[in-house]
Parts: sequence; C-alpha cells; structure tokens
Amino acid sequence: MKFPLIALTLAWPAALLAQPQPSDWEAVLAEADGQTVYWNAWGGSTATNDYIAWIGDRVAEYGVTLEHVKLADTADAVTRVLSEREAGQDDGGAIDLIWINGENFIAMKEAGLLFGPFSTELPNYAFVSDDPAITTDFGMPVDGMESPWAKAQFVFMYDSADTDAPADMQALLDWTAENPGRFTYPQPPDFLGTTFLKQVLVSQAEDPTVLSDPMEEADFDTVTAPLWEYLDALRPNLWRGGEAYPTSGPAQFQLLTDEEIDIAPSLSPSEASTAIANLQLPESVRTFVPEGGTIGNVSFLAIPYNSSAKAGAMVVANEILSPEAQLRGQDPEVLGYGTVLDMGALDPEMRQAFEDLDQGIATLSPAELGEALPEPHASWASAIEAEWIERYGAQ
Amino acid sequence: MLGPVAAGLWGAVLPAFGHLPAAGFEGPSLEAWERLFGWAGIWPASLLSVTTGFAATGLSLVIVTLITAGWWGTRPFAWLERALSPLLSVPHAAAAFGIAFLIAPSGWAMRLVSPWLTGMERPPDVLIVGDPWGAAMVAGLVAKEVPFLLLMTLAALGQVRARSSLFVARSMGYGRMSAWLKTVFPAIYAQIRLPVYVVLAYSMSVVDVALILGPSTPATLSVQIVRWMSDPDLAMRLVASAGALWQLALVIGALALWRLGEIVVARRGLVWAAGGSRAAWLESLRPPALGLASLSAILVLAGLAILALWSFAGIWRFPEALPDALTLRSWSRHSGGLGQALSDTAMIAILATALALVLTIGCLEAEFRRDRPIGRTGLWLLYLPLIVPQTAFLPGLQTLLLRVGADRGAGPVIAAHLVFVLPYVFLSLGDPWRAWDRRQAVAAATLGASPLRVLLGVRLPMLLRPVLVAGAIGMAVSVGQYLPTLLIGGGRVATLTTEAVALSSSGDRRAIGVFGIAQTLAALLPFALATIVPLVLWRHRRGLHG
Repeated sequence: MKFPLIALTLAWPAALLAQPQPSDWEAVLAEADGQTVYWNAWGGSTATNDYIAWIGDRVAEYGVTLEHVKLADTADAVTRVLSEREAGQDDGGAIDLIWINGENFIAMKEAGLLFGPFSTELPNYAFVSDDPAITTDFGMPVDGMESPWAKAQFVFMYDSADTDAPADMQALLDWTAENPGRFTYPQPPDFLGTTFLKQVLVSQAEDPTVLSDPMEEADFDTVTAPLWEYLDALRPNLWRGGEAYPTSGPAQFQLLTDEEIDIAPSLSPSEASTAIANLQLPESVRTFVPEGGTIGNVSFLAIPYNSSAKAGAMVVANEILSPEAQLRGQDPEVLGYGTVLDMGALDPEMRQAFEDLDQGIATLSPAELGEALPEPHASWASAIEAEWIERYGAQ
Repeated sequence: MLGPVAAGLWGAVLPAFGHLPAAGFEGPSLEAWERLFGWAGIWPASLLSVTTGFAATGLSLVIVTLITAGWWGTRPFAWLERALSPLLSVPHAAAAFGIAFLIAPSGWAMRLVSPWLTGMERPPDVLIVGDPWGAAMVAGLVAKEVPFLLLMTLAALGQVRARSSLFVARSMGYGRMSAWLKTVFPAIYAQIRLPVYVVLAYSMSVVDVALILGPSTPATLSVQIVRWMSDPDLAMRLVASAGALWQLALVIGALALWRLGEIVVARRGLVWAAGGSRAAWLESLRPPALGLASLSAILVLAGLAILALWSFAGIWRFPEALPDALTLRSWSRHSGGLGQALSDTAMIAILATALALVLTIGCLEAEFRRDRPIGRTGLWLLYLPLIVPQTAFLPGLQTLLLRVGADRGAGPVIAAHLVFVLPYVFLSLGDPWRAWDRRQAVAAATLGASPLRVLLGVRLPMLLRPVLVAGAIGMAVSVGQYLPTLLIGGGRVATLTTEAVALSSSGDRRAIGVFGIAQTLAALLPFALATIVPLVLWRHRRGLHG
C-alpha cells in the first residue's frame, strides 16, 4: 500500500457543513423526522435481515424510513464512500449507516471518512456497559466514532449426533485427522474465516501479547509460524480437501444439515440456536469453546462523513441500543446476539426479562463461554488474511 | 452502442496505467500490471477463463448443431422448440442455483439414490460444485446457452433454403445428419457466427454463474476483478482496471483463435463435403444428440423444480428425497423484501424494454422507408456490448458515472440495462419486421394513409405478436442482469437477481429458492403474455394470431 489513506485525509478540509449536534437530542429528532436512512449491512443472514426490518418499523415512529442496503461485503460500503470523496461528493452521500468491522473502521477513521464523535452522546448509551471490548475496536480507541450494536464470541458448532466436542484447538486438529472432510471454515477474506485464522493464531502463538500491538514486518514470520504449521496440517483433512470453502458463516448451516460436515466455526454463541429455530440447522447441533478460550468481538455501526441523513442514522443507532431492541436481538428465536448493555444500568423489570430469556438449546452459558480473548491488532488480521490468500486461496 | 462501451473501456485504460488523480494516483506507471501478474492466482484464473469459455461454447454449438441436424422437423424437436421460451427466460443465476442443488454431493440427484442404492447415509466428500476445472460451471453455462443458440439457429433457418437443400442431398443418398452437415450447416453457421462469439465472450467473463458454480481457490478472473473493484484499498482499483484490460485481451485472443478454428474447419469441411462420402456412421449420433439436448433442458427445468421445492421445505436433511413438511413460511418471511425487489425489477425491465422497443421500431421503420437494411458494421456495433466482456467496461463506466454524479438510483441502471436489452430486442424483431409484406403498406397508402398511420394502424397491429415476443426477450434479459445492476446502481437498486446472488453467500436454500423462483416467474410472465395477448385481442381475427 504505497499511498496510505492518511495522505488523502490531510489534503481535506474538515467539517464543511453544519452538522447535527448529537448532544442536542431534541434537535436531532426534529431533523431526523422525514429522513430516509440507507443502512449498508451485510445481507447474507436471513435472521439479521429480519431484525433490521424490525428496527425499521421501530424508527418509523420517529418519521425515519430505514432502507437496508444488503451488501455481500462491508468493504463495498467503504469503497463507495471513498469513491464519493474521490468524486468530490462531500455531502448527500449514498450511505448513511454502515455495519462495520474493525479493519474497515480503522481504515475509515484514519482517513477521516467518519462522522462523529456521536455514539457516547446517544441517550441510550447510558445503558451500555463500560467494557474495553466496546471502547476499543481491533486495538483502536472508538472515541465515539462508532456505536456498539452486539457482542459476539467465537465458538464452534458441532453435530452432537455425530461427534463429541474436541477439548482444545490441538484436539480439533487431531480430530480432523481422524475424521477427514468433516470440518471446514469460510474462505477468508470472509469475516468469520479471518476470525478463525485469528483464533488459531492467538491459541498457537508462543507469546500472544505481541498481537495486541501493531504488526512489524520483522516479527510476522516468527509470530505466525505456528499458525501456518497448524493450517498446513489441517488443510488436507478439511472438507473437500481444502480445495473449496463455504462462502460465509451461514453457508455452513446447510453443510451441517446435509451431513457434509460435523464441526464448523461460528461468531455468535447463540447463532446455532437461532438457526435451529429457523429450520436451518438440525436440533442435534450444539456449541463448544475450546480450552484456552476464544476471541470476542463487538459489532459496531458507523456514520460516513458525507451521509445525507446523519440525524436519522443516529436515531437508528440509538434505537438499537434501547433495552427492548437489545432484548429482541439477544432472543435466539430472533437473532441471538449478545447484548452490549450493562445489566446493572437497567430497571429491574428489564433485567428480569433478559434473565428470563430462553437462551436456546445450543447456547452456552456465560460461565461456559468464559472470558473472551482480545482481538489481535487490525494490522495482524489483514496481514494473515493476505498471506492465507497467497498460500491457500490462489493456487 | 459504441458510446458506453468505449467510455467504459477508456475508464479502465487510464487507471490501469496508474492514472487516477482523484484518488491520488498520478500515472503513468506499470505498478498495477506488476501487481496483477504478481498475484499468485493470475495464471490459474486466466486459464480457467479461457478453458471454460471454449468448453461451454464448443459444447453448446455441437449440441445445437447435432440436434437440429438429427431431429429438425420431428416430433421430439417440436417439444424442444416448445420448451425454448421458458428455458430462455430462466435467468442464468436461477438456472445455476437449480443445477447446484441438483448435482452437489448432497444434492437432489444423490438423495434420490441414497441410501438404498449407494448405501450412503452421508454425502461423499467430493468436489462437484466449484470443481477446480470449472466443469460444473461449464455444465451450467451449456444448459443456458443451448436454448439461446437454438433460437438463433431457428431464426437463421428461415433465411437459408434448408428444406430444398436437404431434399436434394437426401435424394442423392445422404443420411439426415450428413445431408444437414454438408449442405445446411455452413449456411446456418454464417448466420449465427456473431451469436456464437457472444456466447464465447460471455462464458469467459460471466460473474454470477461463476460465483455460484465456479471454483473459488482461485475464482475466475472476472470474479476476482469484481472483488478488486470493491477493495477498500484504492490501489486495488488500478489492479482491477489492469485485470479488466487483461480480460479483454484474453477474450480478443480467444475470438481470434476461434476464428482460426473456423477457417480450418471450413477448409476441412469443404474437402469432406466435396469428397462425396455418405458418412453413414453420423446417423448413430442422433440418439446421443437428442439425449444431450434433453439433458441440458432437463438440468434447468429439474433444477427449477428443486428450487421451488426448497422454497416450501420444512426440515429437509440428507438423505431424505423429500422434505418432512411443506410450509409457506419462507415465502411469508421474505414477502416484504420480495415485493420491493419485484417492483424495482419490473420497473427497470419495463422501462428499459419500452425504450428499446421504441428505438428498435424507429430504426427498423427508418430502414424500411429508406429501403436500406442494416449492414455488417451496424450488426457488429449492435453486438459490441455483448462481445466486449462486462467486467472489462462496466467498472470504467461506473467510475465515469461517478465523476458526473449520475451513479445512483434507477435512471443510470435503466440506461445500463438498455445497452444489453437493445441488441436482443433488435435482433429478435428485425427478421419478422423485414418479412412483413410491404404490399400492405402500398394498399393502405392508396387509401390515403400517411406513413405514420400505416405504421400505427396497420403494421404494428399485424406485428403485435413479434413485438410482444421481442419485448418479452428484452424483459428477460433485463431481469437477468447482475453486474450492471450491482455496479451502476451503487448498491441502492436491489433487483431479484442481485438479491438472489447476495443470498448465495448465505447458503440458505429456502431463501435462495424463493428469490430464484420469483426471478424466473418475473422473466417468464412476459413470455406468457406475449402468447396470450394476441390470442385475446385478435380472437375474431384468426389471420392475425401469428
């Protein structure tokens, strides 16, 4: 990358136009009335799409029309904002809200492509738990530039009718040697596929603490050597001998249902329960967390600097942080995402409602999930992703 | 037609040589090319593009030639002709989904024979969909290109004296097959040469079918170009542009190679035809020809049936041949998104087709009044957007539209669809239009009708059926467009096709079933109307039923 995005930013005058002030919520609501918010979010999960439609019904009460632009890849939205700036369109952009991940967040934040800070000013942010996983994203301070949405933790789904859960990552590798063709993961750069690589890296690295710092060329080979060793051993025993991979996390549901595989990674502890409720997974599917723990991840929403409906976008972000929306999101019958709210900040009735939630047959309790491991710094993620494509994805 | 293609290509040339000032790149530089050819997958991806292109085109042409040679004028051929409109209207993506559901190791074909015949409780771990040679992709393409080439062949048959040539040849003792290949085929091929080139270029650069049935490690060149196009690292745009030009070079090279093959085959063929051998062994090819043509039709139709079944399926595990229960759940669940996508799809298809019809009728009428038919150059220009790979000029066109701020919403998408709809509408309406008996115009004129009145009052009503069929073909083409909708619409225009392909990454067969079937119905309905409307309108005028 010879031309970093930063170079672009420096040449750019900041804050060209009057922006809605998140601190003046009444004014935000007034401005939002009548706006249409184009929310660019990955459209590959039916459960998520339905949830977004439900949020749309909720914000309609504020006069906000929510349109879900279903993306195949979040990077498309980032490109779009970049192209708009390229074309000098600093206002009235096509995207108002993005479901963003750490890598793209850092790229956009560094390039000054985000509106904000706004998230900490949202009225419902008062309920959000004060957790380092929520205040930093891929090692980058959030600084109110994106609003948390849901918490996830890496787990494995397995069909309990066919196998028991391997104890740890090494046991998983041994299991695939005994059961060739029965395990796979989505093809990076799919988000879950890359997360699987990070999980292996974190679990196999000799000193995982270096991963929280930005990567330096010098140590890439040494630090990631155990990862490639693991993957080289794993590959011949993968589904289809590693010659093909599922395209996404949900695409693995069909493989589990079709008896093509027995174990697959997932990024959400209760995704399996949701999929069982949706007839997408057999009822015998359960989840497990290998010993040593798994990495956690928080989903965020960001508003592009040139959004044409910033006030409306803030109303949507705020609505998603409402206890009702979070409760619905955590319901495995609906979405099954972990809430980002602090239970202590809720009123007792609401807290009870969260406690009463039936977590679903395949969902582990918080104790079984254990403490989530921190995500490696974004620079590691993109580097191992590129290296993976070079080694296994393009031969 | 030249405009958008040339503009799009120009929009790819500058960035390919490192010049994209708005993004901070000042050319010229060869860095994009170095990165393109430094990419580990470039040779496998390019090779795949070439081999699948030749395989799909060659197979389709052979099947179409053998089936018409062996069976033209027979009852089985009449059945195939009747299946033609539905087969043509099935969008590529829907056909590809259906075929994927059918032939996967855990697909329906396997379920039918498991476990009672195969003894398998679990599907075998073999790579069928997404195989590294692209065989599944070729099968999907052949199944869709055979109907297209067959339609073109049938149209060409009207212009060569097939029947009398056959009659003469057969009276000299040639069999059905050899008589056809020696006397009719050369004339037919001259007529369908451009459509064959279209099939070759299309097969080499298709994106949606490659995403669904093609390999992924690495993917085909065109899929990779689309990925580079949407990379957040702007430098990858330059690589995408270089890739687009490389794709174009590959297609031009393949077309040249094909042309060379034509010359060789023509020379050999001439010797063979003049040699006078009766080649009786050719007759034995008749059953396999019928088999292959039926197989390609059955693949598409059975695939669609499975797609429909999945959209109503309850729990359906391997190796059950049928789902546990049928439910409307998937349909009601997607009804909201489906309605929106359906209305956008219909609006775009209707407007693009209406524009194409107006333009086509205008051109044809001008041609009629001046009495000067479209020349060779005109035909090439018409075919240009179909021959230049979409991946080569659409990204450039997108960048250009973005510059002028017309990059979003339905307008640009309709214009982009028009580029692909117009050639098909023109080609399908041209022949019936020219075949119209001009004495009708003379008769009307002697009664005092102006040329406009002749057109509106006599010609269009008489040609209602061909006009409607051309419109239906145009609608089907528009419904099936993936890349123009995705790239030019800026993601805001969601049609049934873009939704269905986006869903392909979810592997949710029920959702894919719903959108795939809706997509097929949207393309099929205009064909049904084109058949029914003239019957109803002219129910008291038998001669106009056409």
